[in-house]
Amino acid sequence: MTQIMETRKTQSQGIQADFQKRMDYDELLNCTRCGFCQPTCPTFIESGGKEASSPRGRIAHMKAVVDGLLEPDENFEKELSLCLGCRACETACPSGVKYGHLLEEARDIVQQYKKHSIPVRLIRYIFLKQLIPKQNRLRVVGSLLWFYQRTGIQWLIRKSGFLRLIPGNMDDMESILPVILSPKQLWKRSKPIIINKRSNNEIPINKQSSRKKVGFFSGCIMDVMFLETNRNTLHLLEASGCEAVIPRRQTCCGALHAHAGEKNDARELAKQNIIAFEKEDMDYIVTNAGGCGAFLDEYEMLFKDDSEWYNRSKRFTERIRDISEVLLELDSLPPLNTHSQKVTYQDSCHLKHGMGVDKAPRQLLRAVDGAQFIEMKEADRCCGSAGIYNLVETEMSMQILDHKMEHVKKTEAYTLVTANPGCLLQMKLGIKRAGLEKKMRAVHIVDFIAESIPQ
Amino acid sequence: MFRKQYRIYMIILTLKDGEVAQMLDSVVKEKLCSIVGEAHVQDDQLTLVSYSYDATPNFQSLPDAVVSPGNTEEVSRIVKVCNEHKVPIIPRGSGTNLCAGTVPSEGGIVLLFSRMNKILEIDEENLTVTVQPGVITQTLIEAVEEKELFYPPDPSSMKISTLGGNINECSGGLRGLKYGVTKDYVLGLEAVMPNGNIIRTGGKLAKDVAGYDLTKLLVGSEGTLAIITEAILKLIPNPETKKTMLVLFENMEHAAQAVSEIISAKIIPATLEFIDNGTLRAVEAFAHIGLPTDMEAVLLIEQDGAIEVVERDMLRIAEICEQEHAFSVQMANTIEEGEKLTTARRSALTALSRLRPTTILEDATVPRSKIADMVRAVNRIAGKYQVKICTFGHAGDGNLHPTCVTDIRDKEEMHRVEQAFEEIFAVAVDMGGTITGEHGVGMMKSPYLAWKLGEEGVEAMRNIKQAFDPHNIMNPGKIFAKSARKRVVVG
Repeated sequence: MTQIMETRKTQSQGIQADFQKRMDYDELLNCTRCGFCQPTCPTFIESGGKEASSPRGRIAHMKAVVDGLLEPDENFEKELSLCLGCRACETACPSGVKYGHLLEEARDIVQQYKKHSIPVRLIRYIFLKQLIPKQNRLRVVGSLLWFYQRTGIQWLIRKSGFLRLIPGNMDDMESILPVILSPKQLWKRSKPIIINKRSNNEIPINKQSSRKKVGFFSGCIMDVMFLETNRNTLHLLEASGCEAVIPRRQTCCGALHAHAGEKNDARELAKQNIIAFEKEDMDYIVTNAGGCGAFLDEYEMLFKDDSEWYNRSKRFTERIRDISEVLLELDSLPPLNTHSQKVTYQDSCHLKHGMGVDKAPRQLLRAVDGAQFIEMKEADRCCGSAGIYNLVETEMSMQILDHKMEHVKKTEAYTLVTANPGCLLQMKLGIKRAGLEKKMRAVHIVDFIAESIPQ
Repeated sequence: MFRKQYRIYMIILTLKDGEVAQMLDSVVKEKLCSIVGEAHVQDDQLTLVSYSYDATPNFQSLPDAVVSPGNTEEVSRIVKVCNEHKVPIIPRGSGTNLCAGTVPSEGGIVLLFSRMNKILEIDEENLTVTVQPGVITQTLIEAVEEKELFYPPDPSSMKISTLGGNINECSGGLRGLKYGVTKDYVLGLEAVMPNGNIIRTGGKLAKDVAGYDLTKLLVGSEGTLAIITEAILKLIPNPETKKTMLVLFENMEHAAQAVSEIISAKIIPATLEFIDNGTLRAVEAFAHIGLPTDMEAVLLIEQDGAIEVVERDMLRIAEICEQEHAFSVQMANTIEEGEKLTTARRSALTALSRLRPTTILEDATVPRSKIADMVRAVNRIAGKYQVKICTFGHAGDGNLHPTCVTDIRDKEEMHRVEQAFEEIFAVAVDMGGTITGEHGVGMMKSPYLAWKLGEEGVEAMRNIKQAFDPHNIMNPGKIFAKSARKRVVVG
């Protein structure tokens, strides 16, 4: 017992020393504690107004650790991990505190001192180091999933109720898995693709000046689990008259690693992406996942102490755009129409609060003939997906989701549009939990726009 | 005149090895738990840190416990226990005040009202609303608006501030000029006295002279006299319409002069806000709504009421501003556009903190006819002490917010900041003004209270405090500079 307490003590001393060394004290002081962030914070609201579960509280905790007023104990860690990282507080903050960076740094420090159990360590190792950054291995997993879905095993597992035996909501999660494309199609994508490479004289003169060359950031999981959405993204770019390239050497954006407190891995992945995209001269680097986009958009923050990479990352981030922004700017899609229906939009937190994009997706949806756009109450509040948050903080995540679904219901929308794969899966789960499967659906904005293009 | 050395407090409890912050007496803790249940008495270090501050820079001090009562009866029993054991009680809403009014400078228990947050009744016949102290100001405003009623006090923090906090601090806001402040809307209170007695003051009454006006005494008492547990608030009919305009000036004094001219033309706008160039830049950097960052000053003016009156007043105001050399007069096209402007103005204080790590804000207030003199004086003083002071505020009611952007770690500069503010207070009082218009005294202004009241005035107030709270358990250390008990004070 005393030994455990001793370890705990050295551990918190180490964390405190690292906080003093690494936390940006100017940024901590930048919080004036005005409290304007609190009404936008999902965990503050769901906890019934608990200061400790709010951004102002968490910043005060970080500062108190630096100041030596607070020992970084279990409660401290608990509140850090309860945060969704949705960054709604950043949009609300008049003084511009970079809460996301503070959180990432704090989690990274705590992570260094974390002694995970062997199974957790194994899962982290496999997932973050061996799987996500290796596209071919992800395709193998994708192929296995395809096999699972197509051969009747899925049917068997679902019927047997086996997943309900596993703690958490494994059976719910399994039920919202997207349908995976066949291995043949998955592997076809591993070749570099350049689409719409028409020679210049094929392009109408008046469009020539606006013709953009864009690089497509295809993502790691997106490119296996949501390959269809990636394909549609390319079709939309093509329909808008872009020349789109997919640099082959690109890899996972590293957001998952950074959020899980593995900043070094994130940095390596960032370098690889920067190299992959700087080879070709392109106007924009397009993403279709808010979670990736927001992280790509802030690559330079990873290289604050490395001027060469800082400058290279700056050139990279300047060109990052969300697909909705690019489609809107080019304004070259054919007239869009769909069957008469109500449509609503759930913001992707990182797209809105990270990249600052919230008008473009709505404008696109409004442009679809037949779709009646209904603005949902609190559309910019997190849905509770937040990366793997719904797996590790299931209770809070489901509480947030159920509240979200009340607002969804009120819109009476048939189509609920999102702009990030995590949100999409969570909204599908929400629809299932609310028993609305027969009345509505959740789709990625790219898929919705693609299906609205007349054939 | 009595002048006390101004000091910016920095109270921080530092923990030495193995030492834990002073713990609540176990007997007291047990009693509290038996009243509200264990879940509602917290004293872990993380919770204590979470309630050790409010929105005032550089004040921090840990409480001994944080207690969340569920009803008035529980509050009364808690107060009795605290009175018996001489434990300080600090009632706290959302901790957005700017005078260090809810910093537990002498430890004790922080009382939260997050469980007492119901709107109990909207009475459409008497035009009143009855609320518990934990209701968020904005929630109330929206609830009464649904019934086409209007609750005017609108402190900038209204999205998160509570009515209990507003009442205890007598919060003002942007509509103070025409509609007054919180005290003008409190008709009655239920409060728990320091001995645990529950009293009711006032009522749903337009007239009531039965004895002393305890309602008015408790409003703005900063939690030093009693714990407010329920309030009856006055409502008025929602104004028919509202118009907003932005007037740009290349010269700050012209703007200040325009304010005086508008009021002497016998027009009372709902809002008449002054924003100087430094503030404009900071706000625009946050809000991105196209504010002119090259102007010396702008006035944000709003009028509400019957359509004809609003049209007439706004035209007249525009004329006056043009006479006073306004660069341009811009009318908001829609109510939403107008609201964007006022929301941006509400962010001014926090937005200013983009400039430097520390923002220190004052709210010295002068008679409205002196507003141009005051703006001039603030600029002169800022120049004299070589500090950067941005000014914005409720020009129409003479309540300016000179805000100094500085860095708490720069001791030499902080000293100059102190001197500058000291002079600003002195100038304001000399003009017939006050040291604080709407933020309260708390710990922040307590050294200056006598400047405004004189020693005799302070003594009269001390006697009232003594009569209410002989054991000095109600938010001790606030309003009056020297308090009976001191805790560890470092730095």
